[in-house]
Amino acid sequence: MRRLALGFAAVIALVFGANAASAQDINVGFVTSLSGPASSIGLNYEKGINAAYAYQSEVDGHKINLIKLDDGSDPSAATEDARKLVQQSHIDLMIGTSSAPGTNAMLTVANDSKVPFIGISPVSLPIPASGHPWGIAVPQTPNLMVKVIADRMKREGIKTVGFIGFSDSWGDLVYNGAKAAEKDGDPTVTSNERYARTDTSVTPQALKVIETKPDALLDGGSATQAALPLLEMRKLGFKGNFYGTPALLNRDFVRIGGKAAEGVQVSAGPVIVTAQLPDSHFSKKIGTDFHDVFKKVNNTEADDGFSGYSFDGWLIFLNAVKEALKTAKPGTPEFHEALMQAIYADKDLAGVHAVYNFTPKSYYGVDARSLVVVKLVDGKWVYQP
Amino acid sequence: MNSQIAAILTMDGIATGAIYVLIALGFVLIFAVTRIIFVPFGDITAFTALTLADLEAKRLPGTASMIAVLALVASLMQIAVLLRTGAANRVPRALLYYLVLPLVPVAIVWATAGILLPAPLRILITIALILPLAPLLYRIVFWPIADASVLLLLIVSVALHFALVGMGLLFFGPEGVRTQSLVDFSTDIAGIPVSGDTLLIVGSAAFFSLLLYLFFNLTLYGKALHATAMNRTGARLMGIRPLRAGTMAFLLGSLLAAVSGVLIAPVNTIFYDSGFLIGLKAFVGAIIGGLVSFPVTAIGSVFIGILESFAAFLSSPFKEVIVFSILIPVLLWRSYSVVEAEDETEE
Repeated sequence: MRRLALGFAAVIALVFGANAASAQDINVGFVTSLSGPASSIGLNYEKGINAAYAYQSEVDGHKINLIKLDDGSDPSAATEDARKLVQQSHIDLMIGTSSAPGTNAMLTVANDSKVPFIGISPVSLPIPASGHPWGIAVPQTPNLMVKVIADRMKREGIKTVGFIGFSDSWGDLVYNGAKAAEKDGDPTVTSNERYARTDTSVTPQALKVIETKPDALLDGGSATQAALPLLEMRKLGFKGNFYGTPALLNRDFVRIGGKAAEGVQVSAGPVIVTAQLPDSHFSKKIGTDFHDVFKKVNNTEADDGFSGYSFDGWLIFLNAVKEALKTAKPGTPEFHEALMQAIYADKDLAGVHAVYNFTPKSYYGVDARSLVVVKLVDGKWVYQP
Repeated sequence: MNSQIAAILTMDGIATGAIYVLIALGFVLIFAVTRIIFVPFGDITAFTALTLADLEAKRLPGTASMIAVLALVASLMQIAVLLRTGAANRVPRALLYYLVLPLVPVAIVWATAGILLPAPLRILITIALILPLAPLLYRIVFWPIADASVLLLLIVSVALHFALVGMGLLFFGPEGVRTQSLVDFSTDIAGIPVSGDTLLIVGSAAFFSLLLYLFFNLTLYGKALHATAMNRTGARLMGIRPLRAGTMAFLLGSLLAAVSGVLIAPVNTIFYDSGFLIGLKAFVGAIIGGLVSFPVTAIGSVFIGILESFAAFLSSPFKEVIVFSILIPVLLWRSYSVVEAEDETEE
């Protein structure tokens, strides 16, 4: 009798448990750096996800709960955050974070715990041996960022380009990108000069570049200090054009660079110049929506690229969740699998940055459409079709 | 590389080296008098540049609150010491030196916040604001351990550097600054374009080196400092207070750091953490002078500047490696040539 009662209770518990699950909301975890050195970027990601959540927080009657954590710019804290989200908050999908090492760390947790992950910073892990990655990366690859601007140089008749960049991995990425583009018939890279963010002078490096007589200069720096080579090259009388990557899209770069930075062309996500895009552009409509909702939520203009990555990550999730809900219930491993497959199944999804086509073969799913060329004119970035 | 490029590189190197000269002289001065290798020297230089930029942008510089806090802490410490030793009658005097004087420039900055003062005035206020920084740090951090070993002083100094960098981020924020050119002037020397800023840097370095030389040789304070540097115990016997001499050395060091900061602000973007590397390279210059000789330090610093310039031209990724590798032969040479001098002090 007692055993029967116990069994009965277990059945009831199961039924009710299952019922509770079916009425369950969808839980999404979000990690960014709100403190520490990466926080100036991390804050933009945060504003982006806030805008995204305001844009849509319900799918087919399922409420979406967004659980946000701070990783303090620390990859090990990102790992902990990811574990906490998976084990305690039982999330169905997670999004993060504002630094590349932190994003790699979260991806590792995602692969281990088989929970879908949307990376909003570049990732550099190999695809797992099982051939089934549990994550994607939203941003454009550094190679693509350089390739697009190198193609533009070629279009403008530039044959040779000098390179000055940071003496760190970012400088390497840009230089290697330019070298790869060179093989495809883009301008020949004539120099590989490096400087550090805290250097007092780049005169020697600039002289060396000028000695190689390039038609133009590619700037492999980032943020404020990317202005230093441009200032120095102009001071030494260099007349050629300047080119760069999205790393130059920074208010302080424009302020410090002043007249020397005027006319510099960089590759950028279309979200930077949404208002200037033609109506036929894929990101015009969704980008306008994004800027509107961003302004409403954050009371400021979205003038960075980072908040757009958060927003696109959210769009990818929203689209996938619609498909996944047809086959599985939130909170189950089947739902996680269905979500991941839906992300791969979704073709030509237009976001504010790019048209996304993900496959299990690579974490990245963007093509050359994800970058437009913008030019600094009178201190404002202007779209160059 | 042709001769013109070599000339431009030399010019660039001399300008960088001149900044190093100012800082390295400060290193030697402070070390000679107090045996402290003042690692945060470069940070003070960077703070000067950031302060100047803040004034230029009509913002209240972070240094103001920094100095106010430090002045308060220093005067509390000083009063505590005075009361404990039963010298309460010297409290007003301590308050004047540790609280009132440092707060005068702070008050001026407060009062004029939001007004764009003319450039020379801005520079003067910046220097006045920075001037108490090193002496206050000396009072707070190094006074209680003034007789400790050189190694302990160095370790504390390194810790102080990290604390200051953190404070720099807190007070100035993560963005870099670059101020307007001090002089709108450029000329050609033997076909090489030379900017007014460069001339000003080199001129100032020469001027302040000369001033230091005159100070040490012609004034009583200078001679007292010189005496303390030569032999602390002997100087003490002659009635020179080592702690006061130390404060004096830090004040002069602060001045040198402030001047170099003002000079470097328009020629390069300075971040809150830019100072360390500048200081470290100046330190190599000071090492060449064996941390004792002012003239050799000056020559060594200019040499480091020129070496850095040529190294950056020849192989920019390895620039720092080349500059800091020079320490090895220099230290070898010094350790062979200074043995005698050290024996003398042992006696």
